[in-house]
Amino acid sequence: MKISSRRNFIKVAAKLGFWGLAAGPALIVKGCKTLDEMSESGTTIGIGGFNINTASIAKSAKAVSKSFEDITPEQEYYIGRTVGALVLEKYKPYENRMANLYINVLGKTLAQASEMPETYGGYHFLIQDSDEINAFAAPGGLIFVTRGILRCCQHEDAVASVLAHEIGHVQYKHGLQAINKSRVTTAVTTLAIEGAKTFGGDDLATLTRTFEGSISDISSTLIVNGYSRSFEYQADLASVTILKRVGYNPNGLVDMLNIMNIRLQPGGSDFVKTHPAPSSRIAEIQKNLVYSKVEPPSVRQARFKRALGRV
Amino acid sequence: MVTLLAVFCSLTAFAFEQKLMSVQVKHGTVRSTPSFLGKVITRLNYGDQVVVKAQKDSWSQIDMPGVYAMGWMHTSALSSKRIVLKPGASDAEQAASSDELTLAGRGFNQQVEDDFKSKNPEIDFTWVDRMEKIAVTQDQIQNFIMEGALSPKGGSQ
Repeated sequence: MKISSRRNFIKVAAKLGFWGLAAGPALIVKGCKTLDEMSESGTTIGIGGFNINTASIAKSAKAVSKSFEDITPEQEYYIGRTVGALVLEKYKPYENRMANLYINVLGKTLAQASEMPETYGGYHFLIQDSDEINAFAAPGGLIFVTRGILRCCQHEDAVASVLAHEIGHVQYKHGLQAINKSRVTTAVTTLAIEGAKTFGGDDLATLTRTFEGSISDISSTLIVNGYSRSFEYQADLASVTILKRVGYNPNGLVDMLNIMNIRLQPGGSDFVKTHPAPSSRIAEIQKNLVYSKVEPPSVRQARFKRALGRV
Repeated sequence: MVTLLAVFCSLTAFAFEQKLMSVQVKHGTVRSTPSFLGKVITRLNYGDQVVVKAQKDSWSQIDMPGVYAMGWMHTSALSSKRIVLKPGASDAEQAASSDELTLAGRGFNQQVEDDFKSKNPEIDFTWVDRMEKIAVTQDQIQNFIMEGALSPKGGSQ
C-alpha cells in the first residue's frame, strides 16, 4: 500500500469514526429502542429540526420492529458501493485486465452456485495492489482480494475457495449485521415521516449522517476489527458447499489456509488481525471434511497460471 | 362435464398456492428452464410484479402479467413484499406499520450517496463504478466450466 493512500485512508477512517477514536455520527433516535417500543411510550425523536412524538406514527396502525433484514436490496446496494469505495482507500486496484477478468468469470460461476446468486447490482470482483493478505466483501456483492492473498493460492481450487468465502459473507448479509441496530431504526423512522416526498435539507442531512454511521460500522468491522469467529466459520462452510457444487475440491480452502499460515506476519493489519488463525479455521473445516490432495486437471492449472502466474 | 372440468381446474390451481411477488434486483432475468443454463426469455425491471405458479429447488416458475409466456426466475431475485415504485404519503405510513411493503428509492438512495460524496470528496468512487461495469456473460461461464473440466451439480446451477 502506498504511503499517500494509507494516509488518506487514515484521514477518512478518523472522519468516519473508525477505531472509536472519533465519536460516531450523532444518532438522532435517543437510546436503542425499536420503533415498536417507542410507539408504545411515545418517545420524542428529532428529525429535520422538529420534535415528533412517535406515538402519532402508531395511531393508525401498529408499527413493526425493523432490523437489518428490513434493509432492502436497493439500500444494501448503495451501502455496498460506499463500503467498496472505502475498501479501495486502503488498497488501490491492481490494474491487470486479464487477471481481473479471470477473477470475475470464476467469481460469477461460484456465485451462481451460492444461496444468493441474484443481488440488486450483481456480483463484481476486483484485485487490489497490496502484498498484505486480505479480502473483503461489501454488502450486495462487491468483492475485493489482494495480490497477497492470491499468492497464497497454488491452484484455481484455492482461488475459488477465497472468492466463495467472500460470497458466503454476502449471502449471509454479515456486513449489514455489523450496523448498529439503532441506526436502522433511524433510517426507517425517517422513511415513515418523510417517505412521501424527496428528502430535502435537514431530513437529507439526517439520513446521510445515518448512512455515514452505517458505513463506519461496516467498514471498521471489515477493515479493522473483523467479524466474529462464528461468522468466519460460517463463511468457510459456505465456501466448502459452493466449491463442491461447482466441482472443485473443497480442500482448496485447506491448501490456501496452510500457505496463509506460513506467510502471515505477526502485528500486521490484514487477516492476522481480522480473522481467526488459519490453523483454527482448518480444524473447524476438518470437522466435516476429510482431506484429499487437490489435483486439478492440467487445463485448469494452465489457465490459472496464465491469469495469475505473475500476480 | 363442464362442472367436472371446472372442479378439476380449480383443484390443479390450488395444488400450489400461487403467490404475487416482486422483482427485487435491478435487472431480473427470466429463463426457459429452472437453471442458469436456460435460454433467456425476457428481462424484468426492479419492482415488476409476477405470479409464482410453481417452485423447483431455488427456482420459481412465473407468469408475467401481460406476457403470454411462462418462465423461471431464481427465487433470490424475488421478494414477497410489494415494491412501491413511486410511493405516496399513505404508502409511507403503511410501510412503517407493515412488513409487506417496500418503498423504492427511499432511505439510502442515489440522493444520499450524492450528499455523502459532497461531504466526503476525498473518497473516490471511480473504481467502484468501473467494477460494476465488468460484465460476464452466461456463455463465458459455460465455457469456463467446460474448459476447466468442472462438473456443477445440485445447488442453484
